[in-house]
Amino acid sequence: MTDASADFADLRDLYQEVILDHGRHPRNFRRLAPPARHARGDNPMCGDRVEVWVRLDEQDRIADAAFEGRGCAISVASASLMTETVRGKSAAEARALADAFRSLVRTGRCPVCGAVHAEDLERLRPLSGVAEYPSRVKCATLAWHALEAALAGEASATTE
Amino acid sequence: MSRAATAARAPGFDVLAIRREFPILDESVRGKPLIYLDSAASAQKPRAVIEAMVHAMEHQYANVHRGLHWMSERTTEAFESARDAVARFLNAPSRDEIVFTKNATEAINLVAHAYGRGVMDPAKAVLISAMEHHANIVPWQLLRDARGVELRVCPITAEGELDWEAFERLLADGRVGLVAITHMSNVLGTVTPAERIARAAHDAGALVLFDGSQAAVHRRVDVQAIGADFYVFTGHKLYGPTGIGVLWARAELLERMPPFLGGGDMIASVSFERAEWARIPHKFEAGTPPILEGIGLAAAIAWVERVGIDAIEAHERALTDHALARLAAIEGVRVFGRAQDRGGVVAFALDRAHAHDVATLLDRQGIAVRAGHHCAEPLMRVLGVDSTARASFAAYTTRAEIDALAEALERVRRFFA
Repeated sequence: MTDASADFADLRDLYQEVILDHGRHPRNFRRLAPPARHARGDNPMCGDRVEVWVRLDEQDRIADAAFEGRGCAISVASASLMTETVRGKSAAEARALADAFRSLVRTGRCPVCGAVHAEDLERLRPLSGVAEYPSRVKCATLAWHALEAALAGEASATTE
Repeated sequence: MSRAATAARAPGFDVLAIRREFPILDESVRGKPLIYLDSAASAQKPRAVIEAMVHAMEHQYANVHRGLHWMSERTTEAFESARDAVARFLNAPSRDEIVFTKNATEAINLVAHAYGRGVMDPAKAVLISAMEHHANIVPWQLLRDARGVELRVCPITAEGELDWEAFERLLADGRVGLVAITHMSNVLGTVTPAERIARAAHDAGALVLFDGSQAAVHRRVDVQAIGADFYVFTGHKLYGPTGIGVLWARAELLERMPPFLGGGDMIASVSFERAEWARIPHKFEAGTPPILEGIGLAAAIAWVERVGIDAIEAHERALTDHALARLAAIEGVRVFGRAQDRGGVVAFALDRAHAHDVATLLDRQGIAVRAGHHCAEPLMRVLGVDSTARASFAAYTTRAEIDALAEALERVRRFFA
């Protein structure tokens, strides 16, 4: 950051650099052409909206994941990090990661971290600060709900 | 950052003394003194309100209107005195025109049912504006869906004021039966020209309902001077408790309207064949009313009258001018609404940051603002945004708190730069 980062210490614990970075420059912010699976996620509470695409390879592993949408830094960063962390996983593995991630952002703790997908959860851990803000947890989980809907062949998911 | 509360300059208005009456303002959030800029969502409560409710529960409480015992008689007197207080507050011609509801939303629903379905000609239309709260949209959509009543929406200008030409045009065919419109926007702060609206509505053969949820908190309301037919507001934004709202309507209308909810307390007599309604306003108050909330509302109105609603308005006007000037000086901040006549709510957006991030980052600095669509999604679409942040002011808000908001926003801007 340009400013002395100490100046923002009180803001940094929730908005860590990786969140700001992915929020500002989301990765895999694009659409995938059919037959990629696709689903939409809506958060009616705040108007956040995300569309997620996943392409599976012959072994039913996620060969590519992408998203488009609009929302706060937390929801965009979460979607962006998601597209990176689910790549190469089977649908079941992606769902397990989604479960662990949800528990991480709801509770701020991660009992399974270290046991499953340790490296991925470590990358996602900066988002765990939202546990302090129950109303913001849905921002972090929206894209993951959409991912699961896409994997299940459903068209949409909502956080409600 | 200076958090010393310096008084806003309104003559005879001692904001520091007022703050001492609000116990919650001594609280800290994240180790910092609470800066509460979300009073438009719900206001904090002065000790007078808290004590009135506690006193009732500790010393003088029973159900009302039914017991033939001392406690019930005294509680009934205390509760009914709230009706007198509200009648005085709105300059209503009669206390019998004050109906207690759960909140302003229920009051509007009451009118949509009892007047909209029960009295109004279904060939008539309802006219609302583009800056309504959901509470003044959805009840009319339900009426439209149930009765086929046409719902018209008057646009607003780029300044965030009612588009008067469009308003007159929408009234011109004489088919509007009811104009239902905010007296002050909870997003734009716009105060609508109530007298002029009422006159135009009446000239076109329509009645008029004002949603006074914001306006009644920030300035003197005189339903007779306005020429209103219905006026609603809610207790919790007026420094009173949650769970109580008010519908004022002209007696002649209340007499013509069928009941909204049925039950005890709203009947004169009941047999298994039929029931006869109680006289107004009790006809519209089924079941045990919000007794403690009524007592709290009476105390809140007494508090506002003691401080002076005109003094509160002047104080908030000075704060709003200061806030608009401070926010305008921050690069990348956009304020929504530039109405000539406006009250103390300021909705804004930062061009590099989402409103939810702004609100969270302000919260990290001890400042409470609202972020989202403010229960006015259609208005958000008109403004071309998904959500905004909103700071709103009350009698206890200080100039120093607005300076703190501006400084904190400047930090947020730099944080996202």
